[in-house]
Amino acid sequence: MKLKLLAAVFLLLGLWTVQAATEFRFPMPEFESGYKHPAMSIPPASKTSPWVDLGLLAGALALSAWSVLRLRSRRYVFLIALVSLAYFGFYRKGCVCAVGSMQNILSAFFDPGYAVPLIVSAFFLIPLLFALYFGRVFCAAVCPLGAIQEMFAIFPVQLSSAVEAVLGLFAYAYLGLSVLAVYMGAGFLICRYDPFVGFFRQGASFNMFLAGGVLLLAGVFIARPYCRFLCPYGVLLRWASRFSKWHATITPAECIQCRLCETSCPYGAIVVPTPEDRPVDQRTGARRMGRLFLAAPFIIVIAAGAGYLSHEPLARLHPTVWLAERVAGEEQGRYEEKTIDGDAFRAGKRAATELYAEAHALKERFKYASACFGAFMGLVLCGKLIRLSIVRSNKDYVVDRGACLSCARCFAYCPVEKSHAAK
Amino acid sequence: MEQESKFGRRDFIRVAATAAAAGAAWAAAHPSSGTTVWQLDPAKCLQCGRCSTTCVLNPSAVKCVHSFEICGYCDLCGGYLQPGAKARDSGAENELCPVGALKRTFVEEPFYQYTIDEELCVGCGKCVKGCAVFGNGSLYLQVKHDVCVGCNECSIARNCPANAFQRVPVRNSYLLKTRENGGKGHK
Ligand code: SF4
Ligand code: SF4
Ligand code: SF4
Ligand code: SF4
Repeated sequence: MKLKLLAAVFLLLGLWTVQAATEFRFPMPEFESGYKHPAMSIPPASKTSPWVDLGLLAGALALSAWSVLRLRSRRYVFLIALVSLAYFGFYRKGCVCAVGSMQNILSAFFDPGYAVPLIVSAFFLIPLLFALYFGRVFCAAVCPLGAIQEMFAIFPVQLSSAVEAVLGLFAYAYLGLSVLAVYMGAGFLICRYDPFVGFFRQGASFNMFLAGGVLLLAGVFIARPYCRFLCPYGVLLRWASRFSKWHATITPAECIQCRLCETSCPYGAIVVPTPEDRPVDQRTGARRMGRLFLAAPFIIVIAAGAGYLSHEPLARLHPTVWLAERVAGEEQGRYEEKTIDGDAFRAGKRAATELYAEAHALKERFKYASACFGAFMGLVLCGKLIRLSIVRSNKDYVVDRGACLSCARCFAYCPVEKSHAAK
Repeated sequence: MEQESKFGRRDFIRVAATAAAAGAAWAAAHPSSGTTVWQLDPAKCLQCGRCSTTCVLNPSAVKCVHSFEICGYCDLCGGYLQPGAKARDSGAENELCPVGALKRTFVEEPFYQYTIDEELCVGCGKCVKGCAVFGNGSLYLQVKHDVCVGCNECSIARNCPANAFQRVPVRNSYLLKTRENGGKGHK
C-alpha cells in the first residue's frame, strides 16, 4: 500500500518536473519554516436541489388550478402568484424557467450532442400539460414573469380587439425568431432579452432595466404586456389552452346576460355574445373563409420572400457572422477602433479566410431559415384571419380560452357567483 | 356542441398534444446528464476584462483564484505590482489590482504569499495578466459558484472573445491549474 503510494508520488513528481521545466518560470519554493499554503477557495455550486424546484412547480400549478377552477378565488390565485414570484423570481433569480426551457429542448433537437437534464424537460412540459387540462393556470399564478407584471396591473384599460390582434402578432414573431436563433446556433434570445430577470437579480445592464421598467410601467395600464404581446412560451400555452379539458368560466352556472363582467377582463379575453339585432350570416362567413383559403398560399409565399430578404440582418444574430464582418471591417479600416474580439481572433491560429468561409456558409443557411421564419409568420397571419372570419354565434359571455390567463378577476363581477356562493 | 359527445375532436387533439409534448420532452432529455454549470477555461482566457463587465451580476460572479501549489511566491510579483513600481509594498500606487483585492503577506525570506480578498475582487483579470506574463500563471479567473446564479445562457460566455466558457458537471465545477496538469487548467 505504502509502496504503491510512494511509486505514484514518484511518478507524478517525475511527470511534473518534465512539465515544470517547460511551464513554470519560477520554481515552487521549498519552505524551511514549515509553511503550508492555505486551501484554495472553490465553493461548490447549487444550493437548491432540482427536485425541490420541480416539486414546487407541480405543487404551485396544482394549487393554482384548484383555486381557479374549484375555489374560484382571485385572492388565492394572487397569493400563489406572490409566493411564486418570491421563490422562482427573487430566490431562484428567475433562472429555472419554463419560458426559457423551450430553447434547451429545441437545442437538443437541432444538436443531438446538447445535453438537457430531465429536470429542464420537465419544466418545459408540465405547464403545457396543465394548460391542456386546466387552461393557463401557469400564467395565472406560477410564472414569475407573469407574477411581477400582475402586481403592476393596477389601472388596466381595455384595448380594442384590432390593436390587441396586431400586437399579439409580436409574440409569434418572437417565438419564430427564438426558434431561428436556436436552430442557427446563435444563442438564446429569450434569455438575453428577458426584461424582468434584472429585477430578480437586482443587477443588470442599463438597457435591461430600461426595458423591464418600461414594460412594468406600461403594464400599470396595459396589463401584462410581456405575456400578451411578447412571451414565446405563452404562444404554446395559448395553443394548448384552446383544447383544455376544463377551463375557468366567468360564471359558475348560467350566464344571465347582465353584462356586468364585460369590462372586467384586463386581457381582452372575454368574448361578448353575438348581437341579436345583427344576425350573423353563416354564408358570408363561409365565403370570406373560402377566399382566405385561396389567398393563404400567396400570403405565405410573400411572407417567406420577406423573410428571405431579411436574412442579412438576421444573420448578424450569429456571433461568427458578426465577428467575420467585424474582422473584415477592421482589416479594411472601416472602423476607428479595434475590438478585443478582433484582436483575439488575430492572436489566434485561425486564418481570416477560414472565418469568412464559415460565416458565408452560415449566411447561406440563414437564407433558408429566414425564409422559413417568414413562412411561419405568413401562416400565423392566415390563421388569425381565418379565426376572425369564423362566424360563431354565442349567446353568452364566455372566455377566449387562448387569451384567458385564468387570473380569476372576472368571477367577482358575476352576480350569479354571489347567489351561487350563498347556497 | 360536441363537448357532450363521448370522445370529440377536442379530446382527440388534447390526447395527441399530450403525447406529442411528452414525447418531445422525453426525446430531448438526456436522462443520464446531470446538472451542469458554466465555467471558464483558464488556458483559453485572454484576460480581456469582459468577465467583470458582462456578467449579469455586479460585481461579477467571476473572480480571481490562486493555485498556491504552482505559485513561485516571488518577491517581485507580476500580478501584484505595477510594471514600473518603485517599491515592493502595499502602497496603492504600486499595486496592480484596481480595488486592492490582492493581499501580500511575508512568509520567509525571500518568499511572499498572495491571497485574494473575494469580497473586493471584481474579476477584471489585471493581476491574472501580470502573473501570466511575468510569473507562473498561478492567478487566474474562475466562475465562483457560490455567487453565480447559473444563467441558462451565460452572458459572459456570449461576449467572451476567446470562447473560454463551457458547461461543466456540477460535481466538478472548477477548471483548476495544478502541478499535475502543468498549470494548464485542464482535467
Ligand atoms: S405568458 Fe409567458 S411570461 Fe406571461 S405568465 Fe405566461 S408563460 Fe409567463
Ligand atoms: S471574457 Fe473570456 S477572455 Fe475575457 S477575461 Fe473572461 S474568460 Fe478571459
Ligand atoms: S486585479 Fe482584478 S482579477 Fe485580480 S484580484 Fe484584483 S480585481 Fe481581482
Ligand atoms: S452564468 Fe450568469 S451569473 Fe454566472 S458568470 Fe455567467 S453571467 Fe455571471
